[in-house]
Amino acid sequence: MPDDRIRRGPSRRQLLLGGAAAGAGAAVALGADRALASPGPTADTAGVNGDRVTPFHGPHQAGVTSSPGAHATYLAFDLLPATDRAGLERWLRLLSDDAARITQGRGALADLEPELAVRPAGLTATFGVGPAAVALAGAEAPAWLGPLPGYAIDRLEDRWSGGDLLVLLHGDDPTSISHLARMLVRDSRAYGELRWRQSGFRRAYGSDPQGTTMRNLFGQVDGSRNPGPGDPEFDAAVWARDDAPAWLAGGTSLVLRRIAMDLEGWDAVDVAGRENAVGRRLSDGAPLTGGGEHDDIDPEATGPNGFTVINPAAHAARARETDPARRIVRLSYSYDDDVEPGALDSLGRPAVSNVGLLFGSWQADVAAQYVPVQDRLAEADLMNTWTTPIGSAVFAVLPGCEQGGFVGETLF
Amino acid sequence: MRTRPRPYTRALATASALALAATLSSCASGASESADSLTLIDPWVKTAAADGMTAVFGTLENPTDADVTVTGASSDAAGMVELHEVVDGTMQEKDGGFTVPAGGELSLEPGGLHLMLMALPEDILAGEEITVTLELADGSTLEFTAPAKDFDGGNEDYEGDSMDADHGEMDMGSSADPSDG
Repeated sequence: MPDDRIRRGPSRRQLLLGGAAAGAGAAVALGADRALASPGPTADTAGVNGDRVTPFHGPHQAGVTSSPGAHATYLAFDLLPATDRAGLERWLRLLSDDAARITQGRGALADLEPELAVRPAGLTATFGVGPAAVALAGAEAPAWLGPLPGYAIDRLEDRWSGGDLLVLLHGDDPTSISHLARMLVRDSRAYGELRWRQSGFRRAYGSDPQGTTMRNLFGQVDGSRNPGPGDPEFDAAVWARDDAPAWLAGGTSLVLRRIAMDLEGWDAVDVAGRENAVGRRLSDGAPLTGGGEHDDIDPEATGPNGFTVINPAAHAARARETDPARRIVRLSYSYDDDVEPGALDSLGRPAVSNVGLLFGSWQADVAAQYVPVQDRLAEADLMNTWTTPIGSAVFAVLPGCEQGGFVGETLF
Repeated sequence: MRTRPRPYTRALATASALALAATLSSCASGASESADSLTLIDPWVKTAAADGMTAVFGTLENPTDADVTVTGASSDAAGMVELHEVVDGTMQEKDGGFTVPAGGELSLEPGGLHLMLMALPEDILAGEEITVTLELADGSTLEFTAPAKDFDGGNEDYEGDSMDADHGEMDMGSSADPSDG
């Protein structure tokens, strides 16, 4: 296993703050310190973001504890029938070794393109398992590990759903993501078959000040109330609790929903109608009941006509959860894929777009946190008019590992 | 294809030296033995089926001020191990062993020098770790472990083989050699 501790370069603190390059000097370090004290978004003046390294090892997996990169790729594998318990362990060891090297800016073993790994740009790899992998390891599965309940709004397709082993790669450089993905699929050939692959994006690194909430392809500010890594609310919502199996301590769960967005139908709605459907202003994400982007909505506030300002069926009203222990932490990416042959839009015309959201969500307990929100949204959410879930998958996200270990070792 | 030195080679060397410190097993006596200073960085072995052959790769590093020569090798995972080179796309035994220059390194890589594992008693499976012992000119030995990786390259013909690939080819599946060109 490679060793993070002796890699020359910027300090971890500089790296975590984003973009201080090796040898960039004291002025940059001073800027980074200022950034630490600043609560709001800050412009990155350090440059050379490609050198940014997110440590692979630790009690939690780095893809959960780091800020989402500009690009993400999800890979899901099915176990091959011949893969036994020892094979699963060997597979997980290989995957961790690849990830531990490439996320730190080095080639993998047997890597003939190590030059592609030298700009990690915050690259992380996060691994999760489905019920079949847990059973193969002989471990106890948490009760929530399995498909979500079926919902009337779902139009799920197998090609975007399920899987026995999950990898989430995110970072600011798509070339580095591509290279790590290739090494991982190559090292999976003996034990697993690629079931699906989904890639998404946010704004490119450097387009927005750091800390800016993403916008989805409807133009909505998406995730304003989302706690971030390091917030106490994040920790309370995400990490497996005492009632989870011991192997999951330090881990969490991921729900990934692929949600198709009907841009043509959305085109027919004016700004007032769009804001009514969400409960927040499109311009800045602020609640229609006032305040700033990060403020909560007031579902009780009424307008001059006596009705609530925020439509009770608005997305923000239906998704709202005030109990920190029942909240989820969202991790969304947009997708904009090729139009599929023969596809029609919501008006029956030949489709000209194939876009949506890779809606990811971390939570300690899928049944206690995710399902209640999904139940409410499936029952009533004005946004359901223009959105359709077409993929769904649930994974137990493993704890991290230390130097010399591998992600998944607690299963064995 | 010789691409070294690569970025981070130095950091890797230090890391692996630490990692390997526990597995060094020089046979007895003096601190001046070659095995005490030679390290093999990032070793790996190509997966293979029982009775077949395969190869171990990595980078030998010698920080001392004297050349170190590897004269042989052995492994529980192979009936026989030879030190090989590839000349004009064909593998053959390397006369005189592998000499790692003073203060330098020697790459064992597909298409070049490698440790050839033959007469494999069992499959070498992806992710499995095999143990190999290098024998050095001064009689000391260096033991290391190498994880097995599926790899489509490194399919050079063995010297004296015809194209029937009866026993000579390392290749487990494809017959193309993408590294050859």
